[in-house]
Amino acid sequence: MATSFIPKRSIGLEGKEPPPPPEPKSAAGFIKKPKLGSGRARKREIPEGLWTKCPKCSTMIYDKELDDNLKVCPRCSHHFPIGARERIHALVETCSFEEMDPQLISVDILGFTGVAAYADKLESYQRSTGLKDAVVTGIGRIGPYRVGLGVMDFSFLGGSMGSVVGEKLTHLIESATDKGLGLVIVSTSGGARMYEGMFSLMQMAKTAAALAYHAQSRLPYISVLTHPTTAGVMASFATLGDLIIAEPGAMIGFAGPRVIKDTTQAELPPGFQTAEFLQERGLIDSIVSRKEMKERLIQYLGFLLHSQRHGIAAS
Amino acid sequence: MKHYLDFEKPIQELQRKLDEMRRHPQMHSLEISLDDEVLQIEKKIAETRRDVFSNLTAWQRVQMARHPKRPYTLDYLGTTFSDFEELHGDRAYSDDRAVVGGFARLQGEPILVVGTQKGRDTKENILRNFGSAHPEGYRKALRLMRLAEKFQLPIVTLIDTAGAYPGIGAEERHIAEAIAVNLREMMLLSVPIVAVVLGEGGSGGALGLGVADRVLILENAYYSVISPEGCAAILWKDRSAAPKAAEALKITAKDLLELKLVDEIVPEPLGGAHNDLPTMAETLRVYLLRHLHEVEAVPPDARLRQRYQKFRSFGHFDEAVPSPPENG
Ligand SMILES: [Zn+2]
Repeated sequence: MATSFIPKRSIGLEGKEPPPPPEPKSAAGFIKKPKLGSGRARKREIPEGLWTKCPKCSTMIYDKELDDNLKVCPRCSHHFPIGARERIHALVETCSFEEMDPQLISVDILGFTGVAAYADKLESYQRSTGLKDAVVTGIGRIGPYRVGLGVMDFSFLGGSMGSVVGEKLTHLIESATDKGLGLVIVSTSGGARMYEGMFSLMQMAKTAAALAYHAQSRLPYISVLTHPTTAGVMASFATLGDLIIAEPGAMIGFAGPRVIKDTTQAELPPGFQTAEFLQERGLIDSIVSRKEMKERLIQYLGFLLHSQRHGIAAS
Repeated sequence: MKHYLDFEKPIQELQRKLDEMRRHPQMHSLEISLDDEVLQIEKKIAETRRDVFSNLTAWQRVQMARHPKRPYTLDYLGTTFSDFEELHGDRAYSDDRAVVGGFARLQGEPILVVGTQKGRDTKENILRNFGSAHPEGYRKALRLMRLAEKFQLPIVTLIDTAGAYPGIGAEERHIAEAIAVNLREMMLLSVPIVAVVLGEGGSGGALGLGVADRVLILENAYYSVISPEGCAAILWKDRSAAPKAAEALKITAKDLLELKLVDEIVPEPLGGAHNDLPTMAETLRVYLLRHLHEVEAVPPDARLRQRYQKFRSFGHFDEAVPSPPENG
């Protein structure tokens, strides 16, 4: 490695963005998800069908069944990517979620002139995902607990964190602090949003700052890491939870595996940067499958909020 | 041997001519006197220099920031500061030599300094891991900063790193968490904090020491969310597009000041910090003292509020006109 490593590497804070997904063709929703990593979520192979092939066990799953099962393979429990709104729907009590800042949109503050214009990218992702940006935030009830809930969506520019993601999360955290509420943030991100340059890097400090005061108020924060969570998001709010929970099999890390391989010229250990690997090395409190997530969050919140009543909504 | 960057070639050419003339005066003494010609070339060198260095591109600044002769943290600890007493270790795993820290005096005033440290040669670079810290480096920095908090010493952080180290051990010991904790905890330290980007401000690895009341940057330093090469590889699919990426990312001191992402630019001597370390060190001392005194004059509560507001305000966004939700 020696002298060659500096020019060779890039510190993986960049958002590894997926190609713009195709326009949605069916209500099933799954096929508009981009490919993740090494082709985890492959497009179904049967044309015009309503079936999805599990990348892990190769079972053909009826899309409706996959949806009903929170995008978890009924046979091998492989966790497919899931959109922010679907996830929120699965976590909060019906009609309890009040979204915050739904109209915030990113602006091309640097006039980023690369191979593609940032403004065009934003527009095409807004169209294809139906989202305004890569996170949905709001206050909702999980079981009996009113909490601030932020859920990221990888399908919007690789879940990259720009000013909007940082602002929405910061506002969410501040509101939770003001209202005396616990926080749950579900992350999935390729990292910072390069198109916003240093403004995107500063969202790391901004969200961490808000969490500093939330923590000082002795309010609980549960960070849920899902596939994949990396780079700038990992090096800020995602690793600052009182509890850090992960979905099984999720790829979690700071630098990208290719960057690490190029830099160190070493073989990566088996299971490197998975939720299980990181639990063994002491980062993750528990690995929780998506189908049990809500129940477990309620359990945890029960302990974390036992001494205070204001986190519990009047029923 | 002086080290020249590509864009310094015109200066190098003139310098070579001048050196040769001085070595072999007889070859050049024609009509005009040698002294006159030497004077003329010296004048030309000065002009060319001013020309070259007043119009550096973003990419040329990156090269300046990475200049092998550029002064590093320890160079300033031996000049700008006095009485540096290095303290080692994170009290958990090891002493990461890519980060140095300890007590020092700034014009007699006691300070705690932490900074990333590059190596000057191959041997030292191996020791210092090219200035790229492992988790232990960030944890050592935080341990020392907490010491400063306990004993009410102002903190100066000196940043010069291509980034946090992307290695197996770094991941195994949770470098992301180490950086994140620094971001959170630095926000709550009540003592004044001034951060200076000396050379490379490489992404999260730089920000991990960069939460401060004032963020200063040297004239030829850069501070970026990603290395220009990394950005080029992703967005241009070609690392050699790094100069374009450097331009697009707006990473120079001047750009960052215009965007209000840094508080002030610390001017460098003509030709860069390495060209005249004593002057650079003195300038840095003057700037640091002024900022520290300004921050010290603010009561701790207000200081913390202002620090929060400073980082809270970073970001640009807009509000979309409300429209019925799309189907999708
Ligand atoms: Zn399966």
